[in-house]
Amino acid sequence: MTDNPKIDPTTGTETTGHSWDGIEELNTPLPRWWLWTFYATIVWGVIYTILYPAWPMVSGATAGLLGYSTRAEVAAEIERVDLSNADLIDSLVTVDLAVLRDNEDLHRFAVQAGRSVFAANCSQCHGAGAGGVVASGYPNLLDDDWLWGGTMDDIAYTVRHGIRNEEDPDARFSEMPPFDWMEDAELDATAHFVRSLSDLDHNATAAAKGATLYADNCSACHGEKGLGNREIGAPNLADAIWLRGDSQEAILRQLKAPRMGVMPPWQARLGEAEVRAVTAYVYGLGGGEAAVGDAEAAPAE
Amino acid sequence: MAKNPQSPNYDPTDDPKVVTASEGIKTGKVPNELPPETQTITFHQRFERNATLLLIASLAVVSIGGIIEIAPLFWLENTIEEVEGMRPYSPLELAGREIYVREGCYVCHSQMIRPMRDETERYGHYSLAAESMYDHPFQWGSKRTGPDLARVGGRYSDEWHVDHLMDPQSVVPESVMPKYAFLMDAPLEADNVTDLVETHRMVGVPYSDEMIASASGDFRVQVDPFGDYDGLLERYPGAQVRSFDGQPGVSEMDALIAYLQMLGTLVDFSTFVPDANR
Repeated sequence: MTDNPKIDPTTGTETTGHSWDGIEELNTPLPRWWLWTFYATIVWGVIYTILYPAWPMVSGATAGLLGYSTRAEVAAEIERVDLSNADLIDSLVTVDLAVLRDNEDLHRFAVQAGRSVFAANCSQCHGAGAGGVVASGYPNLLDDDWLWGGTMDDIAYTVRHGIRNEEDPDARFSEMPPFDWMEDAELDATAHFVRSLSDLDHNATAAAKGATLYADNCSACHGEKGLGNREIGAPNLADAIWLRGDSQEAILRQLKAPRMGVMPPWQARLGEAEVRAVTAYVYGLGGGEAAVGDAEAAPAE
Repeated sequence: MAKNPQSPNYDPTDDPKVVTASEGIKTGKVPNELPPETQTITFHQRFERNATLLLIASLAVVSIGGIIEIAPLFWLENTIEEVEGMRPYSPLELAGREIYVREGCYVCHSQMIRPMRDETERYGHYSLAAESMYDHPFQWGSKRTGPDLARVGGRYSDEWHVDHLMDPQSVVPESVMPKYAFLMDAPLEADNVTDLVETHRMVGVPYSDEMIASASGDFRVQVDPFGDYDGLLERYPGAQVRSFDGQPGVSEMDALIAYLQMLGTLVDFSTFVPDANR
């Protein structure tokens, strides 16, 4: 400020030379460590912009000496993890699903991977615990009542192609027609008969009348005894498990304006390994069925 | 007035308290006034004593940072890579997007999958700049109370979306999302959709004259699988045509689900090769 700095007699520190009504301002120097740290950050800032992508130029930004790229980094990270599991994934993709459970290590890997896949992709409809949502008709995967089959291969097919979606031409597909053309009394009688199939409370007279209607209109898909047909995803009506409610009202509602579940295809989104992993997980939740030909596969009627 | 240093008639001898630096040296008094000859000081004084000037100058200084960080984005060729499959939103999707913005979905849901392994594992391929190129404003979001929605399209069925928007807890009991059942009861008219599309053209989305002329027709036909939607598909390849809420007519639910079901579905990542240097 001035040629001959003033020294404050009390503190011995230089003043700025300003005086306001006799009060002077000390010009205490910045601590050395702070000052040099500050200079170091400036130097580091310059070095950083040389090493990493930074300065905008005419057609692109400078790439940096280290050649760093977020995309390359994430690709390398994905590759690293894929490689570390490559053996397991290779065997999982090629193994015959029916015998996956015999290979203990591979099966454990598949179930653990499948648990994550399920939590991220399946739990929104089937529930975090795979218990389904009865009120909305999202199937419970914990029981052994399967609409489209419960063997490893059946489950894998359902996961790959989905159900009644527009994206995948191989999706499982079937359609229950609405029976709104029936008289109310006929609908009521049919519903009573359907309830009688699983020994629910019903009006015996109405059910007897409904038996004929059922045989004419429903048995083609649901079977004469109401055991359903997994080829076309027709639910079993003779058990205690009801996808959309077992009350008379619920059955009538389903007869008049059937609601049918839709499941997206997961093949493209997940890839074969994850499809198989989630299949192993769902299979192991409790309801998995052995492949046809096995003793366990015989229908328990 | 003569005591005011700014006054042309200022006379230091009139102001007994003033001691300039040069006088201070001679007299041994502590100088209490800046040397009037210091050009920089007087130049700076103008800013300090004129609020408007100070404001304008501050703005100029602050905007240097903005110019360096933002302006290059307008000319750098590699800001947005060209990606096959991107197209402007169809009128119905655009209307659904307006509802998404109106209801503040972005407050809890992001639309930006970051290039990190855990995110790509859960949500799919990381988001590309091009995928938001027709978004005005973009919906990247900054907070995930709910999951990222950048690739939610096709992930769930329409029925699930209806159930979930009507009552989220009915399908996901642990969810904290509020109910949006009123969307089902809110019919959406085609009246404003042409204006909406025109507005987006004004801010830079390449809607053609043909697209604008047929906007209200395209809007209605997208929820009508029995209608003549060939023109719609030609103008907006990959648009999904069906009754999204399962009810006749166009409701806000239809529009929102149409928007959600197309999110992240336009780019085919099985053929996409990322440019590494980006």
